[in-house]
Amino acid sequence: MKPITILISVDSNSILLGAKEFLKLLKSLVKDYNFDNIVDILETGTLGNYNGVTIAVMPDNVFYSAKTKEDVVKIFEEHILKGRKVLDLEINHKNLITKKESLTKEIRIVTRNIGKIDPKNIEEYIANNGYFALAKALEMKPENIIEEIKKSGLRGRGGAGFPTGLKWEFTFKTNSDQKYIVCNADEGEPGTYKDRLIMEGDPHSIIEAMVIAGYTVGATKGYIYIRGEYYGSVENIKKAIHDAYEYGFLGKNILNSGFNFDLSIRLGAGAYICGEETALLESIEGHAGRPRLKPPYPPQSGLFGKPTVINNVETLANIPQIILNGADWFRQFGTENSPGTKVFCFAGNLNNRGIVELPMGITVKELLVYAGGVSGENLKMVQTGGIAGTFIDESKFDTPLDYDSFAKYGVSLGSGVILGVNDTHCVIDIAKNVMEFFRHESCGKCTPCREGTKMAVKILEKMGQFQATKTDLDNLIEIANTARETALCGLGQSFPVPLLSLINNFKDEFLDHIENKHCIANICKRVPKKKKSKVK
Amino acid sequence: MLTEIKKIISHAKSERLEERDILIYTLHKIQETIEGNYIPEEAVKLVSEELNIPLSKVYEVLTFYSMFSIKKRGKYLIRVCTSLPCHVANGREIIKTLKEELKIDFNQTTDDGLFTLEETSCLGLCGVSPVIMINNEYYGDLTPKKVREIINKLKRGENI
Repeated sequence: MKPITILISVDSNSILLGAKEFLKLLKSLVKDYNFDNIVDILETGTLGNYNGVTIAVMPDNVFYSAKTKEDVVKIFEEHILKGRKVLDLEINHKNLITKKESLTKEIRIVTRNIGKIDPKNIEEYIANNGYFALAKALEMKPENIIEEIKKSGLRGRGGAGFPTGLKWEFTFKTNSDQKYIVCNADEGEPGTYKDRLIMEGDPHSIIEAMVIAGYTVGATKGYIYIRGEYYGSVENIKKAIHDAYEYGFLGKNILNSGFNFDLSIRLGAGAYICGEETALLESIEGHAGRPRLKPPYPPQSGLFGKPTVINNVETLANIPQIILNGADWFRQFGTENSPGTKVFCFAGNLNNRGIVELPMGITVKELLVYAGGVSGENLKMVQTGGIAGTFIDESKFDTPLDYDSFAKYGVSLGSGVILGVNDTHCVIDIAKNVMEFFRHESCGKCTPCREGTKMAVKILEKMGQFQATKTDLDNLIEIANTARETALCGLGQSFPVPLLSLINNFKDEFLDHIENKHCIANICKRVPKKKKSKVK
Repeated sequence: MLTEIKKIISHAKSERLEERDILIYTLHKIQETIEGNYIPEEAVKLVSEELNIPLSKVYEVLTFYSMFSIKKRGKYLIRVCTSLPCHVANGREIIKTLKEELKIDFNQTTDDGLFTLEETSCLGLCGVSPVIMINNEYYGDLTPKKVREIINKLKRGENI
């Protein structure tokens, strides 16, 4: 090993900020100064921060954020050549691992390898305890694995929060000639990009977890269903699957246990609804992705009518650590009913965008500190949970985010998004954007969702043109309530959540549009009336 | 062209774990291969025959998913994110600039066949929003100025 290692993040977000160019520049600097034997440059996944490309210098444990090529040169010439820290580029960033514990509550379980290892190198994964959990699991009885997962209290990180151990147990208990493991990597929830960064930064943790799941429930085939637009994820997972086969972690007689497991990637093609588990199964089966009526649930009748475990990427990434360290270790993080951590994504008008992994139960207010506060004007509202989540104002920022938060305070954890919106924005315009999304993504199978989303967009358009009445607002609430009660699947049942939270928390602004024909953000405009043309 | 598509289909067949699990995968591959970034009628027929799936079913799938097109697209397919994280981060200005520069609306292609403009929902790059995608490449942290530069470079046939 060379004395100095420079880590540079090359996930999709970083690449868009120039990571590839910076990498090339660093390499040429090392060459120019004849430092080939002294400096190693390692490409890794995200280190969590998106104000610039993160460059870390080891073993000094110093993190920099570089925005320009000049920054990169400065870091190299000052830190590497002269041994001086570049203070103005250093990130005193609370969401990066630092030795100063007081600075951060971050606990890295899911993201333990991201930003530390080269995701395309299976040996680096193995060197960091990779596939050790699989070896341990293969020596355990399936019942004991299920017991451990149940005891850990791990719940699905895709949004619904169903206990993972129970899901596995249901599938384990069915009798069938064929069972399947499916990884839901169809991350379409606007604002969410954690699964992408997990797949780009640590793809083997997903594969390892899926093989463990397969062994546990008696499944010999698995699919990773990835969003078609996620080229970086597909590339890294593809390489990881190939290498896992080479090393004998996939395929026949895995680690001499007699257990066989095959794994394949399937691509989505631009349909948000395919994140719904039964719609996703329909899509793998070669159909349009329309959800099925439940029950039967996938553990009884899933892919091709066979028992199937479907887990989200983040859920799976927890599994190897739980197997290795045990349920009690896992339970020390988070809350009683929501043990473990959550990977949060910052989006919208926030100063620090990126991901951070924190224990369950952290408050929205604390998260906003990690996000560096609002950018632009003043903070108007935060949407938590993703597009199907809740919009809240400052009065609810003390809410702790865990699976109980929605039931207790009406604030949703969902997929872990914190979307900041500053006060240059109008509530009606935000509501319209959200409902246009759901109108477009509704699969059309059931009426409350197909028609409800269309009607909601129409009413919101009317409001934006100052032509709505209070009856329209009442109708909007009724549409939302009807869909919540009667829609077929999670999509239709959840579009009312953001809509109603906007109406409940920002009712004054709705009424201002209706009664005073006024938009405080000055976004809504009155449409000049067209002269009626005479009909002959 | 048809022999190439046949090759794609038979390759896909060899990669499947189960009957029919590769329909969407195959369609992606075909769309990537064919000039114009779409799936023409002949290709649909071939898929239907080779994979033994009724033509109507293949069309149902094709038209359900927004990434697929049965209409020929421009040389550069520009997908612009209209979801809330980009919307609040000045995404509206980006859309306005794109429409002005290209002089087309969504789902239209410029007369010279160079650009097609489409809406997309979140691309999972909210850390650097607003974001667009041109063919297989992403562009983030956009400003109207950056957008104009990208478009003009493409118009001049330069690399971006």
